[in-house]
Amino acid sequence: MQTTLDADTTPAPAHLANHPTHWRNRGYAHHWKNRDEDFEASKFGMWLFLTTEVLLFAGIFCGYAVFRMLYPDAWSNGSHYLDWRFGAANTVVLLISSWTVASAVRCAQLNKQKWLKINLIITLLCAVLFVFIKLKFEYYVKLGDGKAPGTFFTYAFAENPHEVLWWSLYYVGTGIHALHVLIGASLLGWVLYRSWKYQAYGPTEYLMVENSALYWHLVDLVWIFLFPLLYLIH
Amino acid sequence: MTTLDAHAHHDEGSYFSGPPGMLSKVWQWMSTVDHKKIGVMYLFAILFMFFLGGVAALAVRYELMDPVRTVQTLDMETGEMITTTTGERLGGLKDIMGAKSANEVYNRMFTLHGAVMVFMFIVPSIPASLGNFFLPIMLGAKDVAFPRLNLLSWYIYVTGCVFGVLSILMGGVDTGWTFYTPYSTTTDADHWRVVLMILAAFILGFSSILTGMNFVVSVHKLRAPGMGWFDMPLFLWAIYATSIIQVLATPVIGITLLLLVFERTMHIGIFDPAMGGDPVLYQHFFWFYSHPVVYVMILPAMGIISELLAIHSRKHIFGYRAIAFSSLGIAAVSFLVWGHHIFTAMGELAAILFSGLTFLVAIPTAIKVFNWIATLYKGSIVLNTPMLYALAFLFTFSIGGLTGLPLATLATDLHLHDTYYVVAHFHYVMMGGTVIAFMGGIHHWWPKMFGKMYNEKAAILGCIIVFIGFNLTFFTQFFLGTQGMPRRYANYVDEFQTLHIISTYGSWLLLLGFLIHLGTFIASLVAGEKAPPNPWGGLTLEWETESPPIEHNFHHEPVLTHGPYDFETTVPPHWDPKDYPLPENPSRH
Repeated sequence: MQTTLDADTTPAPAHLANHPTHWRNRGYAHHWKNRDEDFEASKFGMWLFLTTEVLLFAGIFCGYAVFRMLYPDAWSNGSHYLDWRFGAANTVVLLISSWTVASAVRCAQLNKQKWLKINLIITLLCAVLFVFIKLKFEYYVKLGDGKAPGTFFTYAFAENPHEVLWWSLYYVGTGIHALHVLIGASLLGWVLYRSWKYQAYGPTEYLMVENSALYWHLVDLVWIFLFPLLYLIH
Repeated sequence: MTTLDAHAHHDEGSYFSGPPGMLSKVWQWMSTVDHKKIGVMYLFAILFMFFLGGVAALAVRYELMDPVRTVQTLDMETGEMITTTTGERLGGLKDIMGAKSANEVYNRMFTLHGAVMVFMFIVPSIPASLGNFFLPIMLGAKDVAFPRLNLLSWYIYVTGCVFGVLSILMGGVDTGWTFYTPYSTTTDADHWRVVLMILAAFILGFSSILTGMNFVVSVHKLRAPGMGWFDMPLFLWAIYATSIIQVLATPVIGITLLLLVFERTMHIGIFDPAMGGDPVLYQHFFWFYSHPVVYVMILPAMGIISELLAIHSRKHIFGYRAIAFSSLGIAAVSFLVWGHHIFTAMGELAAILFSGLTFLVAIPTAIKVFNWIATLYKGSIVLNTPMLYALAFLFTFSIGGLTGLPLATLATDLHLHDTYYVVAHFHYVMMGGTVIAFMGGIHHWWPKMFGKMYNEKAAILGCIIVFIGFNLTFFTQFFLGTQGMPRRYANYVDEFQTLHIISTYGSWLLLLGFLIHLGTFIASLVAGEKAPPNPWGGLTLEWETESPPIEHNFHHEPVLTHGPYDFETTVPPHWDPKDYPLPENPSRH
């Protein structure tokens, strides 16, 4: 996407040159010795947080494994109800967004302000597309058929009484994942806003871009596991 | 707004000398990112929750003084049988709490006691209060790694507590603090209070995660120049191990409680046997968090004990590395033993494996206890309040630990599980361990935190009364349990009454002891003598700064020149011969 990997050395536009939010003017918190320590610590904290996210989803994957073992027939039926093409489309959408968000981090490091914004916008469009496909072609249609979680399950043609458990886990798993998509998109939206308005991120100040991108990669990664487990394995 | 800017104006006054005016003071505290203020706010909130949980405990003990007796007498005039019930001591609360029966009041009381004490008091207790206040200072840092996150975690804690208290005000829940399904998903089906209490625990989990993350990063990145991993005070090793557990275990309870809320509101069926779900799966999920979390409760207490015993006997801690690594060892093993809570709900092989793994916990724990006792050997022991609490800890925690072994043994556990023996065991570890150490820690660091000394004699009296009251309350319960008194019952056969009455008297003594402490603390705050910077002759970095510390903790960035326990070779900072004599030692320089 970049024509060259050399850093862009264009100075800040006049109205931002002395703005405290512009990346060249950013300080660091008083309890750190220098900017690098602040940066390293924040990234370390983000990785720890991602660990907690993995463990949060671990509960859902564990429940999936237990009930798959208990009710293999219901689980096989369940995956047949889902159209793998929508799942695959969403996988491609998220993979593209992971690439663009990684590019956004690189652009911030190289001070390519225009491409930073373009990459973020593509990522956000991917997030919107993902949620749109999920809601319009999957949730909406499935709920219309009565394939809903728990008490709302009214699907009359279920072959196996335990299919309701499959749908429960499907909605809980993909629902919490979709919530994470929205949280990640909000973070990236905030990054886009600040980079649009203040050029807040650049070679010495890209922590927020990097941490939001790390979060976004995790959202992507969880889907990479949800997709085969829910759509592909029969 | 608060500022974290590197070039902000440095205020050299004490951390609680704020701006004039009540409102601006309140705002300054509410918006502070100073770890010391946040630690103090946590301390008072946590102690309030301890009071709340304690009231529920007293109510439980009060009910248990009498077994419920139903007596039928014949009315000679009308010839009718009259049924009277005696011993329902909490019956009067029935209407206030909207409960159907006196027994339900009792069920709600022990649930409130458990839920408040576990989620709102003991899990955050030491790390969030003393840890928040002293971790950065002991590291020689100005603050924790993420001060704003620290403030956020405080507000999340408050939100969780508000949810919990709201649930109590709406009448409370009777599920037991463990929220076992299917009971927790069906009881009080038309009320929101159970959901509120579950959400309270869910929210409090986030606060715990954020605090843990903050401390792990702080220990990695903020140690003072010259402070290697093995130059850290052992309290920090303990907090570090605790934080790892908080980060790794808490998300699992998060998803579990979320599933429970969905189960209750939408009947998703995952834990409902009627729909093919598995209630034992809930128990596995629950204990996968809740067993490691008992080490979140006890590890910081062990850290405090390492500090207290070394400083107040003026001896280098015996086996520094063994104690440090045993903290990590306990943290590692803690994730492998959750099955011992559900021995009867699993296969034989799994039960044997979990039993064996449970015994492993005894090894690092015993390493600590033996090292502590070896530390005391030939030390100049000062029998002040912190030291007495540390000695009390050695006694009660050892009983708590050793009585855990019969519970890890499958054959004896079949007899003892779900009896008062279990209640006594975990109270000896949780209260005899964590609360006793917490009290010792508060007394040890009180002069540093508030700059005031307290009345030593009154505090020692309180300590002795707490110690006697505690043992009276809970030692009797070992006998009750081995004789077959099941836990969580409001009623019992007459043979148990004497022991129950002794136990209740003990709980009143506990109340008296804690009230004496409350009195000494208030008296200290109002009219206490000014504390010197280093009243105990400690060598860890918090004793180098003033009492109370200045806003940025140190005037200059401290550089470590001696170990935390080099009492034999180092003159303590701010040493004043009036405060305490130095031991005779020609090698001192």
